[in-house]
Amino acid sequence: MGSGTTGDHGSDQMWSVQVTVMPKPGINDPQGEAIRGGLRSLDHAGVVSVRAGKSLRLMVAGESREAVEREAALMCDRLLANPVIETYEIHVEPVGDGEGSG
Amino acid sequence: MIAIVTFPGSNGDADALHAVRDDLGAPARLVDYRATDLSGFDAVILPGGFSYGDALRCGAIARFAPVIEPIRAFAARGGPVLGICNGFQILTEAHLLPGALRRNATLRFHCRWVHVRVESATTAWTDTVEAGTVLRLPVAHGDGSFVAGADVLAEIEANGQVVVRYCEPDGTVSAASNPNGSAGAIAGVANRAGNVVGLMPHPERAVDPLLGGEDGRMILRGVLERTHVAS
Repeated sequence: MGSGTTGDHGSDQMWSVQVTVMPKPGINDPQGEAIRGGLRSLDHAGVVSVRAGKSLRLMVAGESREAVEREAALMCDRLLANPVIETYEIHVEPVGDGEGSG
Repeated sequence: MIAIVTFPGSNGDADALHAVRDDLGAPARLVDYRATDLSGFDAVILPGGFSYGDALRCGAIARFAPVIEPIRAFAARGGPVLGICNGFQILTEAHLLPGALRRNATLRFHCRWVHVRVESATTAWTDTVEAGTVLRLPVAHGDGSFVAGADVLAEIEANGQVVVRYCEPDGTVSAASNPNGSAGAIAGVANRAGNVVGLMPHPERAVDPLLGGEDGRMILRGVLERTHVAS
């Protein structure tokens, strides 16, 4: 595990962090509306709403799931999401051979 | 001396320099985004463009450029700061101005002339203009839809922080005259103190009849006259 990694986080587990950023409820989402229009024109008449956000996948070295989740939340608050217009969700999964020591 | 900040991806910096220095005759120069010292400057303009290719969100990355910290300090001391278009987006991302700017409701990039009504004539950049004055200015943006929470909108309206609103040529605000679906047809806002202003329209591209209009001078003039005397 972790052989050949560079210094600092050499002994830490790698985690895949999936960050989903969505427009806040109530915020107009013209892109989602346009996509909904496209789906309806393909006869997917049951689609009543589409909201378009963005998804980011980060690989993060960290000692525990909790520590990585905390750090990812900080990243979202500081940069990845704009709290005026967006909400975010974070999903952290271990990479490789299970949860390790975390 | 007026500082005009060039970020990677700025494209309105030369226009702003031309307007301020060559057209209005005030001393001005371009300042690199890596600058850490703004002492000696009397006003700062953040120009339009697509800093960092609009990665993540417009202005989200530029907000971490080294020059932002001295701008923050300059603004805190009451120094006049004007963000134009992308500069406006950067100032909201840096929390120097309220709200945020999202994709135009039409999903189209709007590059055309609009009319805006001056709502607040007490900011550093509009205090030589009478409230109610209608200006004809160009816009050029894809992400100019002003958004803020209901509480913030109520607050900035009550505090006179709405600087300009999209309107018809006669000053009437209508859905048709709001090109991007901005809340309250807001085209520009100020901070509480009125020294930091963000505008989606481009006053620096309307300083000469040759450009199709010169109403932009009314926005740039006031602060330039003051700082010109000061420097």
